[in-house]
Amino acid sequence: MAGNVKENINYDKIAEMESFKQLTKRKNKFLWTLTIIFLAAYLLLPILTSYTEVLHQKAVGDITWVWFYSAALFIMTWGLAHLYVAKANSFDKEANAIIEEYERGVN
Amino acid sequence: MSTTAVVMFVAIVGLTLFITWWASRKNNTASDFYTAGGGLKGWQNGLAISGDYLSAASFLGIAGSIALAGFDGFFFSLGYLVAYLVVLYIVAEPLRNLGKFTLADMISARFDAKKVRGTAALSSIVIVLFYMIAQLVGAGALIQLLLGIPYWSAVLLVGFMMTIYVLFGGMTATSWVQIIKACLLMLGTVVISFLVLREFNFNILTMFSEMSTATDAGEAYLNPGLKYTNGLDTISMLVALVLGTAGLPHILMRFFTVKDAKTARSSVIWATWIVGLFYILTIFLGFGAAAFVGKQAIVEANAAGNMAAPLLAQALGGDILFSFVCAVAFATILAVVAGLVLSGASALSHDIYGQIIKKGKVSEKEQVVAARVGSIIIAVVSIVLALGAQTLNVAFLVSLAFCIAASANLPVILYTIYWKRFNTAGAVTAMLTGLISALILVAISPNVWNPVEGAAIFVGEAIFPLGNPAIISVPLGFIGGWIGTLLSKEKDEAKYREVEVKAQTGISVQDVSH
Repeated sequence: MAGNVKENINYDKIAEMESFKQLTKRKNKFLWTLTIIFLAAYLLLPILTSYTEVLHQKAVGDITWVWFYSAALFIMTWGLAHLYVAKANSFDKEANAIIEEYERGVN
Repeated sequence: MSTTAVVMFVAIVGLTLFITWWASRKNNTASDFYTAGGGLKGWQNGLAISGDYLSAASFLGIAGSIALAGFDGFFFSLGYLVAYLVVLYIVAEPLRNLGKFTLADMISARFDAKKVRGTAALSSIVIVLFYMIAQLVGAGALIQLLLGIPYWSAVLLVGFMMTIYVLFGGMTATSWVQIIKACLLMLGTVVISFLVLREFNFNILTMFSEMSTATDAGEAYLNPGLKYTNGLDTISMLVALVLGTAGLPHILMRFFTVKDAKTARSSVIWATWIVGLFYILTIFLGFGAAAFVGKQAIVEANAAGNMAAPLLAQALGGDILFSFVCAVAFATILAVVAGLVLSGASALSHDIYGQIIKKGKVSEKEQVVAARVGSIIIAVVSIVLALGAQTLNVAFLVSLAFCIAASANLPVILYTIYWKRFNTAGAVTAMLTGLISALILVAISPNVWNPVEGAAIFVGEAIFPLGNPAIISVPLGFIGGWIGTLLSKEKDEAKYREVEVKAQTGISVQDVSH
């Protein structure tokens, strides 16, 4: 990329660092666990509504359970979006520490 | 058309042209043209992403679907919203850390082969064209209705305007048109929702109990199953919605308009809140239209229900609100198609012309010229296709675009970032298997074949039972990439380590002076 002052970064060296391996492992574990959870919660809705009647029953007044399930998906989306940012900010700090560690090693 | 409507239209078109003129003064480099120089702030890009997402299909389409099909219409709102989590969790940051202008850039960061870039550009262009035809056909029908002009001149009008925005203002103008339009659209939607709620004495319970008798569907209106009766088809459609967003070129491109992963992150948060709130309001739009406009009047204006929201605005807010909503809907269409032209042009001019034909040896000036020529080509092709596609169902075209995006683009994106063994052959087979299987399965689906004449494109029995093939074609994309990878001996672990370090730390994006 033009204007990049870090043209000759030794990527192999960073990839071999224990701190980098740890970060990648934890980051991927966090991301994929939650991705599987939210996709499952989301796809459970059409499965339940297509093959069962549980969500068709009235919950409060004439509002059926399917609307509450949907509301829960909205809240889940906002909640997980903010959880992601909080987590990503702390991963950022670790990533910066790794870059610093690498630069100290080079100089 | 009333004077109020004319004034609203002229005001909104004038405002967008002013933005274009303002943006054109700082539209000098290829980076300015494609990505607004990477200089958008998080909230700005968040609003622009929302703008891309709150297309005519969302605003007019979902409101209409809920009005006509009750809860079944709301499935779209849910799918589009949860899709943001897929984008945020597994795509946005690595994409920003690896790419420059296009999806192909990001995949090429790992596999520097012409066939990889070419295939990625091809699938982007196919998706953009389908999506654009959908928007243009919808726009043509809408403007025909609003302004009383023939379909072909309506399509030409929209096509001409979008070309102007892109040609002179590039991504800066397109983004600002999106931002302003997103705000106006939210304003209009909030006002209509307020008026609807007022009719129900601001009581949600009253609203639901009145809605259980307001339509001829009775209580079934408040439950799923009114429109989508085939379980597998419903699930398949929801898979396409949730996974497709993360593969749509014009959404992915928005992540290159910010300076780093942190800003990309904050823009998705903004978008998630704005779009989420909007999708909640679609319930009020849909219910309101069903109760206060009525099914018959909605279907008479447009069989797919696309006029539900404007008609509701007229019923509750009179001519002024109706004109405002129509003008905003027009701006919505223009802004979304302008963004689509840009992403199509970036694949054509940057990937195919600049990187493949010219092997990256193009001067800044040539790149800008190529970008403009590419925009004109994409615009002309899509206008010609849209003129011939008047009778196609818009919702079908949009769901097809989502299905191709999920099948052709998502597997290759995930493999590139997360799979060490993945290689050039796998990248090509992943994209081609996803793209071709999605296209073939749709071509033999009930959306194309129907025994009743006029119900679909061809008369006859469909070979494939599902309207949306995502549940089959997305796994096929993943399997295609997996088999292609294993069949080839090629393995470059050092390159993967570089990609992994870049994607995880953003090291190559930091310290880049913008």
